[in-house]
Amino acid sequence: METNTASPEKYTAKDLVTDQEVRWCPGCGDYSILKQAQTVIPDLGIPKENIVFISGIGCSSRFPYYMETYGMHSIHGRAAAFTSGLKATRPELSLWMVTGDGDGLSIGGNHTIHILRRNFDVNILLFNNEIYGLTKGQYSPTSEAGKVTKSTPMGSVDHPFNPLALCLGAGGTFIARSMDRDPKHLQNILRRAHAHKGTSLVEIYQNCNVFNDGAFEVFTDKGSKKNETLFMEHGKPLVFGESSEKGIKLDGFTPIIVELGNDVSADDCWIHDEKDRVKSGILTRFFDNPSTPGHLPRPFGVFFIEDRPCYEDGMQKQVDEMTAKRGPGDLDALLKGKETWTVN
Amino acid sequence: MERQNEMLERVIIKFAGDSGDGMQLTGTQFTNTAALFGNDLSTFPDFPAEIRAPQGTLAGVSGYQLHFGSVEIYTPGDHCDVLVVMNAAALKANLGNLRRGGTIIANTDGFDPKNLRLAGIPEGHNALEDGSLSNYRLIKMDVSKMTRAALADSGLGVKEIDRAKNMFVLGFLYWMYNRPMDHTEKFLKEKFGKKEDILAANLSVLKAGYNFGDTSEEFTTRYSIGPAKLPPGTYRNIMGNQAVALGLIAASQKSGLRLFYGTYPITPASDILHELSRHKNFGVKTFQAEDEIAAICSSIGASFGGSLGVTASSGPGIALKAEAMGLAIMLELPLVIINVQRGGPSTGLPTKTEQSDLMQAFYGRNGEAPMPIVAAATPSDCFTMVYEACRIAVASMSPVMLLTDGYIANGAEPWQYPKSADLPEIKVEFAKSPNSDGKFLPYKRDEKLSRPWAIPGTKGLEHRIGGIEKQHETGNISYEPANHEFMVHMREAKVEKIADYIPDIVPEVGTAKGKLLVLGWGSTFGSIKSAVLKARAAGYDVSHAHVRYIKPFPKNLGELLYAFDHVLIPEMNNGQLIRIIRDKYLIPAIALNKIQGLPFSSEEIYTKIEEILK
Repeated sequence: METNTASPEKYTAKDLVTDQEVRWCPGCGDYSILKQAQTVIPDLGIPKENIVFISGIGCSSRFPYYMETYGMHSIHGRAAAFTSGLKATRPELSLWMVTGDGDGLSIGGNHTIHILRRNFDVNILLFNNEIYGLTKGQYSPTSEAGKVTKSTPMGSVDHPFNPLALCLGAGGTFIARSMDRDPKHLQNILRRAHAHKGTSLVEIYQNCNVFNDGAFEVFTDKGSKKNETLFMEHGKPLVFGESSEKGIKLDGFTPIIVELGNDVSADDCWIHDEKDRVKSGILTRFFDNPSTPGHLPRPFGVFFIEDRPCYEDGMQKQVDEMTAKRGPGDLDALLKGKETWTVN
Repeated sequence: MERQNEMLERVIIKFAGDSGDGMQLTGTQFTNTAALFGNDLSTFPDFPAEIRAPQGTLAGVSGYQLHFGSVEIYTPGDHCDVLVVMNAAALKANLGNLRRGGTIIANTDGFDPKNLRLAGIPEGHNALEDGSLSNYRLIKMDVSKMTRAALADSGLGVKEIDRAKNMFVLGFLYWMYNRPMDHTEKFLKEKFGKKEDILAANLSVLKAGYNFGDTSEEFTTRYSIGPAKLPPGTYRNIMGNQAVALGLIAASQKSGLRLFYGTYPITPASDILHELSRHKNFGVKTFQAEDEIAAICSSIGASFGGSLGVTASSGPGIALKAEAMGLAIMLELPLVIINVQRGGPSTGLPTKTEQSDLMQAFYGRNGEAPMPIVAAATPSDCFTMVYEACRIAVASMSPVMLLTDGYIANGAEPWQYPKSADLPEIKVEFAKSPNSDGKFLPYKRDEKLSRPWAIPGTKGLEHRIGGIEKQHETGNISYEPANHEFMVHMREAKVEKIADYIPDIVPEVGTAKGKLLVLGWGSTFGSIKSAVLKARAAGYDVSHAHVRYIKPFPKNLGELLYAFDHVLIPEMNNGQLIRIIRDKYLIPAIALNKIQGLPFSSEEIYTKIEEILK
């Protein structure tokens, strides 16, 4: 396998645009995500030919057609499996998997949890719009209970997934959340996802303006954003609010909201530690419906990072170990086997 | 003591016992010893689906049939000459398969009241005692008692001692058939080298069995079977699944492509994974995926990256892979899919054999999804045909399915193994530069109608592939009506073009024209060949041809079929190849079907030949 190891030729966001017409609905949140990916990638120092985008099926999965890199638009729910096979055999490539809440959490839920526990060094962009877009508006596994859609005229009786709690539970080593309407934040998270060695799972809140418009408005709208969101930064206190006047503290294992002021300063608040699995787990459980009185804000940023060996490295190590022990395979010796006899 | 030594041409032995009695091991050891001695042979392991089915019951009977001789052997044999039974259930399950006058070697300890009850035999009907076996030669021995006596001073517990029982039987048979024990002694040393007491126990019980034959005055005759007159050359013993693994490694080495094997455990295909995972020094990467779908998808991912992607399964798993096969057909990437067929539908008969997935291979996908199919005829042919599957996959940039089945996957035969230098070339050229006025067209085709294989990491050839219909040459998404029809025809034409680079079919036995052609595919090979040889010896005008390339068929198949008055197609299914043959060649082929989870006996095929030609 020959790949370019010389210092990569410079390219720009424009060079990542394909000659194909982008066919998402006007106003779709996917446009922003595509833009941020095309903005960030040229600065990562990866030769363009070493980048591969792999997707399943769904609106988000059209993504690879719009990236002037290598790409595969595969089958519904299975992008993680194609990605695993490619990474296992070509560890030097930079792999980006694009999936959605239907593709990655419903039909492909099984593959999502398994790629996370194996920890292939790839980036997963999970576009969550809490609806089925391509099939025209049925509820998804992340839609809220009671959701009225074409397939649930009386409201959905499904309990929704908490995607990040699921991914953390599956053994994910990089768990983060961002949104389409915060370009700078999304760019930053994409950079961090790339920098992490291991499976980086980025949930991106993405507005489907046709079938589920405004699903995340409370987190993006100027009027409510500051009170409803919690932007986490490693080593910094968890504070939020119009003028950062509120903070989060832990009462035992229970998170509580505190008013900052004379008695409580920001330094008294919970200091975010991305390496703390238990506390990260609690943060992924900040999942209240924003209409619930006394609810916690929704966190954005990196919840959790862990250094753990990657599957492809362990796999290659076994090949190397056996080769060192026995020498490179001798085909004639293999065909001959241990015992033979001769007929004259 | 004076003993007679009788020369025999061939013997069929069936080892049968409880699934915990070690019958597979006993059978394999006797087989390897016979192979090293130079006998031709064929084997048929027959085991229960449960790992440890209830002890002593019919459901728990595990068997291993071995046919060996100084003449050429094509099948594990129809009826056995010698039936070794470790308990009452094993006798009950296998007696019908013993020829009249055959020998029963029975472990009397396995016929105590408890074992009789477990086998569902009414009280007072112990076949060893009630004279009902008077048409057979009955050799009774208390294997458990003699094994325990041999190990009285070993210091081992009863449970461990009893585990060595099968070695007593093996030792006795080695004596009876004049066989050296050194191969098995060597095997035991390798297996138990670190557990000295267990090794010593097995060796001493093996010897005790041998000595029992030698000293007991009951046995007046020993038998000798000379080496077979096989074509000159060097041979080894091989099983079908093992041959598949070796063939894949050989194809990987000869093509220079790294082998990636994505799979999910399933009977009877798992042994391919077990074998491949032992050969990582060939650069082999084996991936036990989370399910059948991930298994094939990971392999397609590997193929996209320039590896030789391979996946294997059996019927139900193949059903799960169908959508991904369709994608591989659209992506036009090389991929090898191995179906080790078993009895179906659904879970069916996991440990039994059948050829009932041919229609699935042919038609089992949505849309117009043509896929090349090849099939192996014998255990060693699995090597040849998986190698061919790889060669065709790379040449046609297409998924290729290899069909084998449980019978040849677990069966063994001598194999005149090839030299690596003599294996056909597998030529691979990755695309390196643009192919159309400075642009790269990922679906521009060559003379085989194959598209270029441009792998990630190649500068300037960045492109996207997917399952949506593509525009001719550019590979861009296209919903244009005429283009879709054009591309459907193009993919079909590409697969049909493979007929240009596969061999013609030649009759295995007989002539290229005549009264009756027996046309087979897959593991019916041995039974058909034996039956046709016998029928020709009896003066019938009958020939045997075997299709190994099923999609596309060899170019001359039609010509061959039309040269016979009748065509008989025996299959272990309800008639699948025959429908394809009737459809394509419009001939009134005659079907012979068996759907019992068991291979054909050559007798069954012979009887049908007689019926047609009389």
